[in-house]
Amino acid sequence: MSILLDASTRVIVQGITGREGAFHAEQMLAMGTKLVGGTSPGKGGTTHLGVPVFNTVYDAVAATGATASGIFVPPAFAPDAIMEAAAAGVTLIACITEGIPIQDMIRVKDFLRGYPSARLIGPNCPGLITPGVAKIGIIPQRITRPGSVGLVSRSGTLTYEVGSALSAAGMGQSTIVGIGGDPVLGLTFSDVISLFEADLATDRLVVIGEIGGSDEEHAAELLGRGSRLKTIAFISGRTAPEGKRMGHAGAIISGNRGTAKSKEEAFRRAGVAVAETTDEIVGLLS
Amino acid sequence: MKLLEYQAKEVLASLGISIPPGRVAHSPDEAAEACAALGPVAVKAQVPVGGRGKAGGIKLASTPEEARRAAEQIIGMDIKGYKVPLVYCEAALEIAREIYLGFTVDRDARANILMLSSKGGMDIEQVASESPDSIARLYPNPWRGPLGFELNALVFQAGLGELGRPLMALIKKLYRAIPELDAVTAEINPLVVTRSGDIIAGDAKLEIDDNAMWRQLDLDRLYGSLIEGDPYEVEAKKRGLIYVSLDGEIGIIGNGAGLCMSTLDLVQRAGGGAANFCDIGGGARAEVVENALGVIMMNPRVKGVLMNIFGGITRCDEVARGLVTARDNLKMKLPLVVRMSGTNEEEGRAILKANGIEPGANAWEAAQKIVELTRAAAPRS
Repeated sequence: MSILLDASTRVIVQGITGREGAFHAEQMLAMGTKLVGGTSPGKGGTTHLGVPVFNTVYDAVAATGATASGIFVPPAFAPDAIMEAAAAGVTLIACITEGIPIQDMIRVKDFLRGYPSARLIGPNCPGLITPGVAKIGIIPQRITRPGSVGLVSRSGTLTYEVGSALSAAGMGQSTIVGIGGDPVLGLTFSDVISLFEADLATDRLVVIGEIGGSDEEHAAELLGRGSRLKTIAFISGRTAPEGKRMGHAGAIISGNRGTAKSKEEAFRRAGVAVAETTDEIVGLLS
Repeated sequence: MKLLEYQAKEVLASLGISIPPGRVAHSPDEAAEACAALGPVAVKAQVPVGGRGKAGGIKLASTPEEARRAAEQIIGMDIKGYKVPLVYCEAALEIAREIYLGFTVDRDARANILMLSSKGGMDIEQVASESPDSIARLYPNPWRGPLGFELNALVFQAGLGELGRPLMALIKKLYRAIPELDAVTAEINPLVVTRSGDIIAGDAKLEIDDNAMWRQLDLDRLYGSLIEGDPYEVEAKKRGLIYVSLDGEIGIIGNGAGLCMSTLDLVQRAGGGAANFCDIGGGARAEVVENALGVIMMNPRVKGVLMNIFGGITRCDEVARGLVTARDNLKMKLPLVVRMSGTNEEEGRAILKANGIEPGANAWEAAQKIVELTRAAAPRS
């Protein structure tokens, strides 16, 4: 079992003929993802990586019954691609693209209110993977193994690092979700945690947050109200100065808000163990 | 991109918002000339951070001689790490009342928020904590902007009903900075009502979304290169690196923002201090590694470098080869510790060892090792 993505999920890739889109679509296929097609305006009717290419997401959905999409198009086109997917009835949209303007994402979020069954992951994220089964995005399969730990993170490489440590220690994962490093995102920590809570194949949870915003604080409140999952939290950016953007557009402390301290304290108040380093996570979870 | 006050005011003026007469001065002489032309002025340090007043960066001058002395004191002073490059001399206003008006991104709501308060001239965070009810708020629809009746309600809610018409017109002008200029913050604090009843921007804060610079070419061309910040950050930007200067002595390179941030944390935990944040991205190509090392070595405070790489898609052996080449090209002599994990890590470590570079077993050990090595090293001079 898993959340969001399983062996039967029919997936398309928007931007399948681009360099990034093609490379990662191939990786997705290689691990068994049910990739049923892709889009690339003007290339409809052709075949790429053995799957049909369509001009529009609407055509792709009509022909293949796809319910999920991975978006690999440049930032100038990605906001429209997200909205196109939602309007075509896609219910799981993972947008990998980094560098989308904030005002575009605010408009996209408003648009998505009209499509309550569409779930957006990202943008600026590595996507999601259900180990051994399927993935949408760029998380390398080899750092994962099937199991019962849910992993949700704002960071890409830190996800790989922790996933890899868990796998090496024999702690497989139910699903790994990278929610992304932008300030305006689709699913939040709380949204993903609620899904893991309802997934009986998940019994433990690792939350990897970072400075900026207050999604971690909200997640801590949610966990504090009662959870069946044994949870470990880690926050990166304890030493980050105020007012500086630390790589991710969303990783910035504004005034005294969004500090690692505030997030760690929120988790501790909620009874969630906080790992001081990523190396400690495995020990605390076992 | 955070604009300087005078730049933000130029933008406001282009949107049709009134600003006080003012002149930029790069020298005390220019400040004196500005005062001679404008009359009594406020001489204001131009730095892209708040708290200038408290830091002594704003002085009133009623004569050209006073303006000259004020500029002498302010130009070149350090305000929160920014050396003041120039001052803005602005005609003093006859203030009847001060209002707060600002747009910013409310991350929790994933929306823009418009705030209006009759308590202007103070830090809005302070107003929010001391008298939250004095701030009227509106989340404008991002596709169509604020509507007339919404602004009307906002103005009355803020207790500013008597200024209704001119204030609503001004808010609509300021709002244009959001959809047209990709502003993520557009704030006028204080918005001054003068004794003669005019509404004028007393101060202005404007931040443009860095992700949108590709479509804000005019702003980038006008203001993109003018802010003199940290010299290493300036150089890193030229080289296309994601780099932030910090005040420690250990240079840091990581692939991925989260991983890189956690590396800074580990160095501090080990008793050291990071000199920078530098995320070279997932690919970690040799050329990028060389660029990053080059910028880090420009900083004379740096006594050693810690590199933390997790190879997901990236292959560690490729990164190791690139790193050895970069070190040799740059003739780098400083201690260098590399933690490498993930795809082809064994091959990567073997390449490092064969070339005299210490591979750390894990990130924590690598952090401890670089702290130890830099403590032992004599300071460069």
